[in-house]
Amino acid sequence: MVKSQGQAYLQIRDVVKDFGGVKAVNHVSLDIQKGEIFALLGSSGCGKTTLLRMLGGFDLPTSGSIVLDGKDLSNLPPYERPINMMFQSYALFPHLSVWDNIAFGLRRDGMPGDSVAQRVEEMLKLVQLGKFAKRKPHQMSGGQQQRVALARSLAKRPNLLLLDEPLGALDKKLREETQLELVNIIEEVGVTCVMVTHDQEEAMTMASRIAIMSEGRLLQVGAPGEIYETPSTRFVADFIGNVNLIDGTLAEDHPDHVVIRCQDMTHYVGHGITGHQGMDVSVALRPEKIRLSRQEPTGQYNKVQGKVRDLSYFGSYTVYHLQLGSGQVIKVSQINAERHPEDVLTWDDLAWAHWSDSAQVVLTQ
Amino acid sequence: MSTTPAAASRRSWWSGRTAVIGIPYLWLLVFFLLPFLIVAKISVSEMETVTFKDLLTLKEGVLQLSLKFSNYVFITQDDLYFRAYVASLKYAAVTTLLCLAIGYPFAYFMARARATAQPLLLMLVMLPFWTSFLLRVYAWKGLLSDHGWVAEVLVALGIDQLLAAGGMIATPGKLLNTPFSLVLGMVYTYLPFMILPLYGNLAKMDLRLLEAASDLGASPWVAFWKVTVPLSKAGIIAGSMLVFIPCVGEFVIPELLGGPQTLMIGRVLWDEFFSNNDWPMASSVAVVVVLLILIPLALFNRYQAQAQEAGR
Amino acid sequence: MSRALFGPRAARTTARTWLVLVYAFLFLPIIALVVFSFNDSPVPGVWEGFTFKWYAALARDREIIAGLWLSMKIAFFTACGSVVLGTLAAFTLNKYRRFRGRTLFSGMVNAPLVMPEVIVGLSLLLMLVSLQRLTGFPERGAFTIWLGHVLLGMAYATVVVQARLQELNPQLEEAAMDLGARPAQVFRLVTLPMIMQSMLSAWLLTFTISLDDVVLSAFLSGPGSTTMPLVIFSRARLGLNPTVNAVATVIIVLVSIGVIAASYLIARAERERTRAMAAARREE
Repeated sequence: MVKSQGQAYLQIRDVVKDFGGVKAVNHVSLDIQKGEIFALLGSSGCGKTTLLRMLGGFDLPTSGSIVLDGKDLSNLPPYERPINMMFQSYALFPHLSVWDNIAFGLRRDGMPGDSVAQRVEEMLKLVQLGKFAKRKPHQMSGGQQQRVALARSLAKRPNLLLLDEPLGALDKKLREETQLELVNIIEEVGVTCVMVTHDQEEAMTMASRIAIMSEGRLLQVGAPGEIYETPSTRFVADFIGNVNLIDGTLAEDHPDHVVIRCQDMTHYVGHGITGHQGMDVSVALRPEKIRLSRQEPTGQYNKVQGKVRDLSYFGSYTVYHLQLGSGQVIKVSQINAERHPEDVLTWDDLAWAHWSDSAQVVLTQ
Repeated sequence: MSTTPAAASRRSWWSGRTAVIGIPYLWLLVFFLLPFLIVAKISVSEMETVTFKDLLTLKEGVLQLSLKFSNYVFITQDDLYFRAYVASLKYAAVTTLLCLAIGYPFAYFMARARATAQPLLLMLVMLPFWTSFLLRVYAWKGLLSDHGWVAEVLVALGIDQLLAAGGMIATPGKLLNTPFSLVLGMVYTYLPFMILPLYGNLAKMDLRLLEAASDLGASPWVAFWKVTVPLSKAGIIAGSMLVFIPCVGEFVIPELLGGPQTLMIGRVLWDEFFSNNDWPMASSVAVVVVLLILIPLALFNRYQAQAQEAGR
Repeated sequence: MSRALFGPRAARTTARTWLVLVYAFLFLPIIALVVFSFNDSPVPGVWEGFTFKWYAALARDREIIAGLWLSMKIAFFTACGSVVLGTLAAFTLNKYRRFRGRTLFSGMVNAPLVMPEVIVGLSLLLMLVSLQRLTGFPERGAFTIWLGHVLLGMAYATVVVQARLQELNPQLEEAAMDLGARPAQVFRLVTLPMIMQSMLSAWLLTFTISLDDVVLSAFLSGPGSTTMPLVIFSRARLGLNPTVNAVATVIIVLVSIGVIAASYLIARAERERTRAMAAARREE
């Protein structure tokens, strides 16, 4: 789907944004390929919105450069950039109809009347709002307003589309439907897209690649699966999804496997890692990779017994909080595959947790 | 100033920024600030037949600076001015307190009325406000004159005796041109200025705070004093400044409704200028008035700035 | 508040009584003015029969009519000038957070709201006289009155327009720029339409203030430029005059029609808006 050949379409080179001593964006460099949907993910204050605004031209970088399709945009004002943004609040012009909102950008380019009309009709059809052309924004629901905002931002065939928390204003049900719809439209149009969000689900569902940001820096960049299953640091592992982080020491270091000794358990990891014996490491183990049983499983490694201290029932799955000998609690999630299972674990039950030798991620940072 | 492409284009974005700031700024400097400086200068000049003498004169090749501070000395020494200043501050303070006493409950009841009724209530307050204030003050002249409606009612109820006893009117039955009619006129005129900011403040208050207070055991009376009033502090200050400061220098109302007992500084200034033609004197009086209201003025300005920031 | 001392019914009664009493207080003079404009007696205090003669006298009263005409002209230009300057000032305060002398600017814009008019009038006049001595211009008259009124009106206009600017979503201007509009176009196509209503309110407000002003006009007028309030004021000082009542009634009627019409239109527009939004939500 996405080919990375040679020069990246959007190059963000060592960008810094300094607000009177505080670096909101701290030496960020990114290569974004043509046609991909790229997400900047992080909690509030991490700098993702500032970076997005610099791409749009609403803030200027203190240093560094932004190059799109070979052209340096760093100091161009928003109205001279071939970039369009869909704002978090939609920012639809309240005194203009839907039709005029979408036509706004086209008219600023001096497009002749019939071309404008043709393009607006195209966009209305794309977002399925043909009937609402004459309405004003306040006469439309939130979901409809969002589609107008999207149509407006795509009307000028921008080289880059920016999305600022696109689904933030919608409620959960609507969000799920809209997520896929949005991606479909963007892919149909084929525009390169950078989006900003604090919602992991949104980023993982919609984007082809994600960058995790914290305190102005990039922590990890990669496809959703990569980031989820191969986090590069403890922070990233903890940030995305749920994870058990267990500290231990590298007891045996072999080229094709390592053994890590932790307080309550011993891990056998089926691949080599860069490190040395005696090193302090953390083992990241996702709750869904662990299985529970009442009987002690065979094998020397990758198992631990604990007491069910707590459990949370989520309908399709249950999360068990297992207290280990040292007092550490690990989370294990089990899918409720049967409607009436025979043996159900409950509070204060003893259970064995076990996992495979490819389930762990060893982290040194 | 840097001249990198970044800075250059940044400056050109909202080009016209200089014009947008500059035009009103220049206007204010020329027509507001400069006049004050000139007043200060004239207050220390000598009056010369029709107009005033320059401060700096060339006499026999020598530059002479003649500053006449005698006006200020006169002000501090002459009983008339001192009494007028004190009276102005006194009446302004009384008016402010009365406006607060009447206006706060009014604004409160307005803000707590049914949501659908509030626009109507607001319109009814605005209606007199938009009608000429001069005419309404003039109307009070009629209402308080010997056979005026209000005068007759007050005499019938015997209230005029009370007022006479309290020194608010000179003789029972004669309610016009007294401290009473003056204060009545000022309270009447400035009441909307107290009500509107208070209403704006109280209407925006989150009623759930009162629910929380009640939940935590406060009775409505306690909740009012410990929650509502402190939260409306900004409105109280704004309203009070909007009433007090202009009242100090008020001229029209004392002229139409006041009397010999109620000489306020606005009248003194007017007389010095129009009747005595003593411009330096009038200027000195003006300077002292400005000094008197400097602190409330600063308070008001700070409130305005805060309100502008808060609205962001 | 009074709910604390008595029951909820007593609270509502206190509230209603207080509101009614204060409204009566506010409207009493207005009613008196209107009533006595029809009073067949030179003394407005005592009712002696119904008559239109004061209105007839008003129609013949050249001084008042000339004054009214002059005041309307000055008020018109005051309103225009105030709105222009006030909008610029409101923009400045809203958009530009840091520039040299911002506190001074903010102070100067807000001060005329509360500064006693005798002070403003005196100082402006003295400056104009100094200017006149230096350059022979300007002569005191309608123009100088206009200058003073605009100074006052600008303060009010700034407050009104700024309140509206603060409410606006800043992303709207950014969206316009994002779609290719240069700053001047952003103002013309997006900002201006959205502050239009507040600019209109500011216009009406400053028009009224100018029409009604006594003190500034007195200081800044010259021979032949007597505004209507000055005419009324000089007559009012001398005593009670039913022709004044007639003028007052005319003004009151016009203002009432205006205020009521405006309130009605605004309320109706609001109701339409809420209805449209609710309908849209149901459709979702």
